[in-house]
Amino acid sequence: MAHSARKDSPELPDFSILKRLAKDQLIYLLEQLPGKKDLFIDADLMSPLDRIANVSTLRQHEVDKLYKVEYKPIISTSDQICFLIRPRIQTVKWICDVANTDKTAGKFRRYKIIFTPQKFYACDAVLEEQGIFGDVTTDEWPFYLLPLDEDIISLELPEFFRDNFLAGDQRWVRTISNVLHQLYSLYGPFSKVYGIGRCSKMAYDAWKQNKEGEQKADHAAIGKMVLIDRDVDYVTPLCSQVVYEGLVDDIFKIKCGCVEFGPDVTSDNKSVKVMLNSEDKVFAEIRNEHFSNVFGFLSQKARNLQTAYDKRRGMDIQQMKTFVSEELKGLKQQHRLLSLHIGASESIMKKKTKQDFQELLKTEHSLLEGFEIRKCISYIEEHISRQVSMVESLRLLCLLSITENGLLPKDYRSLKAQYLQSYGVHHLLTFANLRQLGLLVEQQPGETLTVMESKVGKLVNDKAAGKLTDAFSSLAKKSNFRALSKKLNLVPKSEEYDLRIPRDMAYIFSGAYVPLSCKLIEQVLERDGWTGLEEVIRLLNGHEFTGPGCNGVDLGVKNDAQRIILVMFLGGCTFSEISALRFLGREKGFKFIVVTTAITNSSRLLEALLDNHV
Amino acid sequence: MAFITANWNPLGETFYRKTELYDMTWNVRDGLRESLVAAAPYGGPIALLREPHRRSPSSRPQLEIYSASGTAIASFPWKSGPVIHLGWTVCDELLCIQEDGTVLVYDLFGSFKRHFSMGQEVVQSQVLEAKVFHSPYGTGVAIVTGSSRFTLATNIDDLKLRRLPEVPGLQGKPSCWVILTQDRQTKVLLSTGPELYILDNTSCTAVCPPGLSPQTCSIVHMCVSFSYRYLALFTDTGHLWTGFSNLQEKLSEVDTKKTTAPKHMLWCRRPQSQQPSVVLMWDRLLMVVGQCHDTVQFPVEDPCVLVGEMDGVRIISSASQEMLQEVPLVCQDIFKIASMAPGALLLEAHREYEKSSQKADEYLREIKEQSMLREAVRQCVEAAGHEYDPKTQKSLLRAASFGKCFLTDFSPDSFVQTCRELRVLNAVRESSVGLPLTHVQFKQMTLQVLIDRLVYRRFYPLAIEICHYLKIPDYQGVSRVLKHWASCKVQQKDLSDEAIARAVCVKVADSPGVSYSDIAAKAYECGRTELAIKLLDFEPRSGEQVPLLLKMKRSQLALSKAVESGDTDLVYTVVSYLKNEMNRGDFFMTLRNQPVALSLYRQFCKLQEQDTLRDLYNQDDDHQELANYYVSASYREKRLDARLSVLQSAVDEYNKSKNEFAAKATEDEMRLLRFQRKLDDEKGAGLLGLSLQATMEALLALGLYKQAEQLYRDFRVPDKRYWWLKLKSLAEKEEWDELEKFSKSKKSPIGYLAFVEVCMKYNNKYEAKKYVLKVTPEQKVKAHLAISDLEGAADAAIERRNDAEIGAVLAKCPTSDQLLMEKLNRARAAITKK
Repeated sequence: MAHSARKDSPELPDFSILKRLAKDQLIYLLEQLPGKKDLFIDADLMSPLDRIANVSTLRQHEVDKLYKVEYKPIISTSDQICFLIRPRIQTVKWICDVANTDKTAGKFRRYKIIFTPQKFYACDAVLEEQGIFGDVTTDEWPFYLLPLDEDIISLELPEFFRDNFLAGDQRWVRTISNVLHQLYSLYGPFSKVYGIGRCSKMAYDAWKQNKEGEQKADHAAIGKMVLIDRDVDYVTPLCSQVVYEGLVDDIFKIKCGCVEFGPDVTSDNKSVKVMLNSEDKVFAEIRNEHFSNVFGFLSQKARNLQTAYDKRRGMDIQQMKTFVSEELKGLKQQHRLLSLHIGASESIMKKKTKQDFQELLKTEHSLLEGFEIRKCISYIEEHISRQVSMVESLRLLCLLSITENGLLPKDYRSLKAQYLQSYGVHHLLTFANLRQLGLLVEQQPGETLTVMESKVGKLVNDKAAGKLTDAFSSLAKKSNFRALSKKLNLVPKSEEYDLRIPRDMAYIFSGAYVPLSCKLIEQVLERDGWTGLEEVIRLLNGHEFTGPGCNGVDLGVKNDAQRIILVMFLGGCTFSEISALRFLGREKGFKFIVVTTAITNSSRLLEALLDNHV
Repeated sequence: MAFITANWNPLGETFYRKTELYDMTWNVRDGLRESLVAAAPYGGPIALLREPHRRSPSSRPQLEIYSASGTAIASFPWKSGPVIHLGWTVCDELLCIQEDGTVLVYDLFGSFKRHFSMGQEVVQSQVLEAKVFHSPYGTGVAIVTGSSRFTLATNIDDLKLRRLPEVPGLQGKPSCWVILTQDRQTKVLLSTGPELYILDNTSCTAVCPPGLSPQTCSIVHMCVSFSYRYLALFTDTGHLWTGFSNLQEKLSEVDTKKTTAPKHMLWCRRPQSQQPSVVLMWDRLLMVVGQCHDTVQFPVEDPCVLVGEMDGVRIISSASQEMLQEVPLVCQDIFKIASMAPGALLLEAHREYEKSSQKADEYLREIKEQSMLREAVRQCVEAAGHEYDPKTQKSLLRAASFGKCFLTDFSPDSFVQTCRELRVLNAVRESSVGLPLTHVQFKQMTLQVLIDRLVYRRFYPLAIEICHYLKIPDYQGVSRVLKHWASCKVQQKDLSDEAIARAVCVKVADSPGVSYSDIAAKAYECGRTELAIKLLDFEPRSGEQVPLLLKMKRSQLALSKAVESGDTDLVYTVVSYLKNEMNRGDFFMTLRNQPVALSLYRQFCKLQEQDTLRDLYNQDDDHQELANYYVSASYREKRLDARLSVLQSAVDEYNKSKNEFAAKATEDEMRLLRFQRKLDDEKGAGLLGLSLQATMEALLALGLYKQAEQLYRDFRVPDKRYWWLKLKSLAEKEEWDELEKFSKSKKSPIGYLAFVEVCMKYNNKYEAKKYVLKVTPEQKVKAHLAISDLEGAADAAIERRNDAEIGAVLAKCPTSDQLLMEKLNRARAAITKK
């Protein structure tokens, strides 16, 4: 790696205990239904489950056959069926159908539904409505946290984003507060908790209420915590990722820390599944690198490997023996990984170094800078009319809207009309969703100048302004990106940026933009709270808080754990953001742990907002 | 202190003593003689039903409840049916078993709680005798009926009646019977005179106690010990047989020389008993019969009631109450006359020390020589626990403390604990409180239970003092007391809601573990809804408020509290409750005021009840959402006309919401659908449902240029888009002539470089070249490069004198083509020179 970590950076706490805990709980639940049983698993729980308990473990606890929930009539002969599902009404309805079908066929079975991470009242209501409440037993598997890597923990709840931010459905808030509690009881007490966003605040308050009366004086493994709602910063996840790990996610889609490389990467006919985490030594060194550096690094690595192999020459038999028994296996492993990553990089190169990708990046950067907007709009127009990609076009539209604080009415109409012509009229609903989230809106007359706005804000005193923004934020969410960018200096003055030696977090976007979310985290940690950031908070529509992470006295202890900082993204975060935080950590001697409801990227974010009925 | 042994009576190797507990403060005189009496163990309350056989409505029997010291707690005339038996449950509830098998349950203060029946058939056959018994499962009731059948209920809180099998040859009631619990089963042991039977769930077995002298004819009285382990049988010949209750082994058999059956017979034992005995009482005589065949006899003047305890027997008479027990071994060691036990010496040493006599040192030295000081201290501490008189306790503890000074590493825990516990015990033994617990009983019942008992008796301040004194964590101690207090407080009818709420709030404040919602629930039970609501306001966890508010039918309030709590499950609960309670209009109006609840309900409806969703939007006049709803609904319609009509509704709603853009877009969609249908019918094109772009694409692919053209015009498709589309489509089909025609139809809005690139994409260099000529000068170089015509590109670049473009061409130049490179470099140099 081009930049070495500070020597005094603290050790990360051990998160494998989370897995052990989840496994034990699951086994306990399975044992509640003694005897042989068939297990039906929600499709998106398959990979997380695999990380917790493999098939042989399940077999040990008398799971006979495994099925995926497919919303079709089941063909199981077992007289005991266990369902392991997310608490979704649709799935529960399907289970009701299964049970009712059995009933009419006169078949008697025992059913058990295990909801994870928790059960919702609505699920019970459906069971009751469909008349099978008495026929099933239900349980909760409190499996909240899946460690994907030594510093990434995911809740694997992609639906959180849509449910919470679009539908205004707050049922996941309790889940988050439970997560806080679990982290607190295993790794707490925290010395301080900061946060911004409505959901963060609600979750924090709920957790604080919950833990009342509990004392904890254990040795803390995590010092501070920052909670951040995704809707605080939509710009960052909407930008194209150019850091290696992010690129791999954008192109090959990393699922639960695992990626499937197709034949074009493996130069073989088979696809291969690879775990991407810090155990992969090659990957660990390139994951945070800007893509332009990756090739150079890989070839250097290949040369090193060759030298290691070359050591064989001129060895006597004894040396050869130790070489084979000790080093060779490691080298072989590295060799395999190296060739995979080289393959992946080549494949990425093919796709991304083409002219249009460069132009796309250029457009994005102009949007972020607020430069040559008309040219960008016509680029987007062409993008739509050439039907390059449904989601990509939408992404650019949103980026345009956020950075410009809404589209001019004329543009708004014509771009929307063109999009509908290209991709069908049902996207009217998609647009309605985007408008609700404030991702794609029309400029209200008189709001064109954000500068004006901030001037007005200064005149009115802060409290009143806060109340005003509160009132307005419910009507139309405004991004205020330009003003924020100026305040926090998010877009560096354009000059030559050597991506080999990153200066700041902007390197993850080729030096064009410092991710807002990460900048906020940096600022809050630096200032130990929100003081001095009042203007920024107002532009972000408030909901910030700072609180003690434990009851009673503030732990003024200075130890290594105080420099371990847990960042929790509610609504997902991108690999680029994680890379930026890792960079920040190295600079400041912190270690960041990222907890997120799910790993996201631009296409996942937007696909969650599509209304697909076709 | 010689007088300590004054009330000791030797029995075999050991001693029995009778300690006075209280002078009874009640005034019952002969009451005990003609009353039904029930006194609970562990110093429990005493219930008296005077003259139970009076039945005329003019003079009813009186039911009185007293504390163990005789303080009146409650008294009321008995208005229900004739009572056969009284008994206390483990939680200080009074059971009154009536002749007709009904069991009425009263609390300590004589207020009626509930009732249950021992079976329907009992109403006819009547209860002859009944017993209340305690087992690990709780308090049970057993009855024998007029038809000589037994019915059992092992736990009255979880009532399961068991009718036991018939006893052969039994007429009326048996001569005597007891309840045994063995092997987790409850059985009845009964004697019909000569025969002895064990009656369990399924069978009735005749048994014979081992070693019972053959001359006996009939068993007239029997009793089991507190622990159900030992059994005593009294025969009509005056023999007392004792043995294990499983009838496997005999302990002894004593001839009492009394031929009348005793009125009471009870085991008197204690843990680690040296000489267990049975206490028998006749009208004028109390006899303690030890296993060693020795007896102690006490004259009895008043009618008495005996109460069996785990470590002795309490004797309650109209004037006083005494405890009869075997003197604990450690007390015997210390106080026995001329005892040389270390404890006795230590006590003596301390006594001398108090007198400032040097003998103290002699005694002490004697103990130390035997290195028994540790043992001596232990003995004194333990003995103090067993003594009832505070003075004796004190002198023992002082001696222990004195002895402790000479020990270096003696853990003071047991000493401190005993001091504390004795202080608590002395407090509750006070006549005004009236809980005569021994230390052994206290240990058995635990502090928690003691506090509960105090709370039941409403000794709240004392209970709180004890909690503080013993440093019990708040949520286990003080909070529990406060909770009971508050529940009791809200039932005081003479105080205003305001006053009670304030009083409760001041006292309870925010003690951990006290739930205001529980208190409020209690208030609501007593019919004080307003008070309940006031109290709920103090509840910090809004989640706790909701269920009660619903119960009280304050649904609006419940909903807002649920939303406040942030617990969506709770919101759902309220919403689904409201849905059933209210009419639809009101329900929607309520939701409208609660956005969080509304969005939750919408989510639910989206998946479960689409129609409700529409009604919901309708109610709110939310035309925008309604229109969106119609759009998504249109995709569920299979038939075109249905689909169109739904879309028309969407258009109407969009218009109402002044969203002209969406209305227009939807109208276009309808037009497109009609168009697609027409073409599908005519040409079987399979267009229905495609987007405009896709439709045009399909049309072009099918060669239906005219129709595509029509769409392009009708829907005002931007020129650029249409040109791109047609260009791609024609090139894909390799219709190069058509493409050329198209390129000439008018000036291309997308320029001609696109043509070049598309042609090259399909590897037609020849066609591509045609368009290179038409490309604007700015794009010339690119166009030439696209068809990899380096020469042309070079010429164009040089002509344009553009350094960047020359560079671009140079970059593409293969190193072999020296000539061209030179030419380019020269040109470049020429430009830079200028």
